[in-house]
Amino acid sequence: MQSNTKNSIKDKVAIISMGCIPFGEHWDKSQDDMLIEATQLAFDQAGLTKHDIDAYWVGTATGGNGGYVLSAPLKLHGKPVTRVENFCATGSEALRNASYSVASGAYDIAMAVGVEKVKDSGYQGLVGGATWHDGTKRNLTAAAMYSLVLPAYAEKYKVDPDELRFAVAKVAEKNHRNGAVNPLAQFRRETSAEQICNMPAVAGKLSVFDCAGVADGSAAAIVVRAEDAHRYCENPLYIKALSFVSGTGAGLIDPAYDYTTFPECEMAGAEAYRQAGVTEPRSEIALAEVHDCFTPTEMVLMEDLGFCERGTAWKEILAGTFDHNGELPVNTDGGLKAFGHPVGASGLRMHYECWLQLRGQAGERQIDLQGRKLGMVHNLGGYPGEMVSFVSVLGNDVG
Amino acid sequence: MKRMKTGILSYGGYVPYRRLRRADIAEVMGSGGGKGERSVASFDEDTTTMGAEAARTAKRDAPLAAVDSVWFSTTSPAYLEKTNAGAIHAVLRLAQESSAADFGGAARSGIAALRAATQAAEGGHSTMVVASDIRGGLVTSRDESDGGDGAAAILVGAETADAPVLATCIAQASATEEFTDRWRMPGATATKQWEERFAESVYVPLFEKAWAQAVEQVAAEVNSKIDTAVVTGTHSRSVRRVASGLASGLASGQAIGRVATDLSDSVGNTGVAHSLLLLTNELEQAEPDQIIAVVSLIDGVDILVFRTTEAIASHTSSRPLSAQIGACGKLNYGKFLHWRGQIQIQPPNRMEPERPSMSAAARSSDWKFGFVGSQGQESSTVHLPPARVSIRNEDDAMDPIAMAEVPAKVVTYTVDRLVYSVSPPVVFAIVDFEGGGRLPVELTDVDPDEVEVGMPVEMTFRKLYSSDGIQNYFWKARPVRAGK
Repeated sequence: MQSNTKNSIKDKVAIISMGCIPFGEHWDKSQDDMLIEATQLAFDQAGLTKHDIDAYWVGTATGGNGGYVLSAPLKLHGKPVTRVENFCATGSEALRNASYSVASGAYDIAMAVGVEKVKDSGYQGLVGGATWHDGTKRNLTAAAMYSLVLPAYAEKYKVDPDELRFAVAKVAEKNHRNGAVNPLAQFRRETSAEQICNMPAVAGKLSVFDCAGVADGSAAAIVVRAEDAHRYCENPLYIKALSFVSGTGAGLIDPAYDYTTFPECEMAGAEAYRQAGVTEPRSEIALAEVHDCFTPTEMVLMEDLGFCERGTAWKEILAGTFDHNGELPVNTDGGLKAFGHPVGASGLRMHYECWLQLRGQAGERQIDLQGRKLGMVHNLGGYPGEMVSFVSVLGNDVG
Repeated sequence: MKRMKTGILSYGGYVPYRRLRRADIAEVMGSGGGKGERSVASFDEDTTTMGAEAARTAKRDAPLAAVDSVWFSTTSPAYLEKTNAGAIHAVLRLAQESSAADFGGAARSGIAALRAATQAAEGGHSTMVVASDIRGGLVTSRDESDGGDGAAAILVGAETADAPVLATCIAQASATEEFTDRWRMPGATATKQWEERFAESVYVPLFEKAWAQAVEQVAAEVNSKIDTAVVTGTHSRSVRRVASGLASGLASGQAIGRVATDLSDSVGNTGVAHSLLLLTNELEQAEPDQIIAVVSLIDGVDILVFRTTEAIASHTSSRPLSAQIGACGKLNYGKFLHWRGQIQIQPPNRMEPERPSMSAAARSSDWKFGFVGSQGQESSTVHLPPARVSIRNEDDAMDPIAMAEVPAKVVTYTVDRLVYSVSPPVVFAIVDFEGGGRLPVELTDVDPDEVEVGMPVEMTFRKLYSSDGIQNYFWKARPVRAGK
């Protein structure tokens, strides 16, 4: 399939090394420790040192301001370091910017690293940074915002609310099953949809097991121009598409928004497919790592990203379409649900799974690629109605 | 020069949604309590928000009447130092030329403000008199049980073509003496009282003196007897004695028509607000040419006598007290104690909110207090909060649009048991307004299991939280229950 090369990053940049530390409650590790360990994994794999990298992008949502976040712990001498943030898509944002830097020729080799130390707040869940405001902003957890999807979806597609609730619990069951065989995942225990449905509701119908794991973690990637990739690596991963959509927030204002779709994700997906030349994502893509921050999110994304028709994702989930051995495996590493969600690191963690799976290095959880050579990553931030969304497509070969 | 016709132009009462059954107090504590129910301000209400709700009703029902001042009286102010009437001024979206002032501290300040406003009306000045109180005391005390929470607003001014006088003031009398019956130190939660037989010996003679003056003035104005007497005050023994005296004719030589209900069974004594609340209750039911005396026994005696006009026949309240008293929800005693800060509960393990920025709040005052959005001139798309750039292309020229009185419906909803709240869980909904506009908003005065998609809701002015001593006011939505 020939792609439209206008405004496309396709085959211009390659990932030549990645590193990811285990995600979890790292009471014994600081943010600096995690940055040092994740970057070291990436350096070691490529046989490089911190001095070999021309420029760095570090993504963290709440871990501090400025390039100093990375240059101080790594003691980077005379290197340009940029700290980026884009809600929960922060890790992908670091990769996107590092990729553009080498594609432009400004640098030859760049590193993207994401990190989040969430477990030092003393509170449950994620704690956002404060900005000055007039006191009229809503007070609601992300879980509650995403829980609004279920009644709206049930109403629109005439699905029995209990059946729908069970279907999204199946998403958590699948991701826990995948995470159980992933040595880096935060949660490595299987749990059943029936158990999840029997847990007390904390936000709408959602229980805590419908929510992403709250974890500390860090992951890193090294990128170069595609033509240089084989100087560093035998089997690099080529970037086929990078797209990003920052929403207008109209969903909070516009009565036309119905909480059964995330338009920012649909747009970001369509743009990435355009860049990569993907027309049938369900059959062309070998695996998708998507932003399963809450179980209804993954369900809606299956439709927004074009994996199935509107109103059918819940049935596809029950049919096992997105299971590890299904037609299109989704979140084979356990996803945010079981791998854990250190905000700034998650986007890079998703790419790490594609890095492993497409190159046949996923060990016990290696999927059958069925001859497919593309993986995709979807990473969002924000809430239904006011969202940012990132999508990338990755592949083993040029062309 | 023809004398201006002045008097009451509008009124509004506010009784919060929740009720505490007095018998519940004794069931928990083994003592205290009594018969009937008392009203309880929600955890997200204070005297300012209740006053604002009462004033909204008075303003809504006389939309074209001028309001030159807002005067606010309470014994339980949300702020000291800072003027509480300012928030009500902003909620009513009054012009900058109109002033706002507090009559603070003492329980007598409510009836005193009404008297002062009546006198100011003679000079052509119209005043929204707002009295609001949250009443309580030590656990098992009579104040805890007999008290009630509520507010009343009475707009007093000169008649115009757009705003007829509903009742004129035909007599005013007052009697004062220095004595101490009830007192409370700043910051204390409970009021103390002297041996109660003492104050009766002061109140009754003061009443007799003031009543004689009032009756004389009434006789000079009209040739008919007083139909109704509203009798209230903070010394219940004297109030009972004066009321029974008026009913039997012992006080005046001539029995009055009736003594008005004091709402003690359903609301309780709302302190500084109670004389205005009871007057509001009478005005809602009054027919033309009725004479209503308001007798207040608080650190002295104040009497105001009103005569209703023909105009009252065509004036109806948009939120009558009778409906608010009828449409109520139960509150258990444990929650009552929690809401009053008398017991602490385990909060969700979440960060407490930071104080809002007061400069940012001032910039968005019309949104935060007035609930005013913006509307595109081309597409009519409503933006909440107001936006400079439209969600519809090429429609950035926008006008302000007041949304506080616009009905809305629940589109979808959730119950958040994780988020910080003074009183978890948070019940939250996406609501769409009639004619356009959407807001994700917290619901209040609601039980989690009664919310439904399509449920009609209306906006109510509340306190979202307090932080660093700042009362963070904004709007919530509540189920439509007590409207007309």
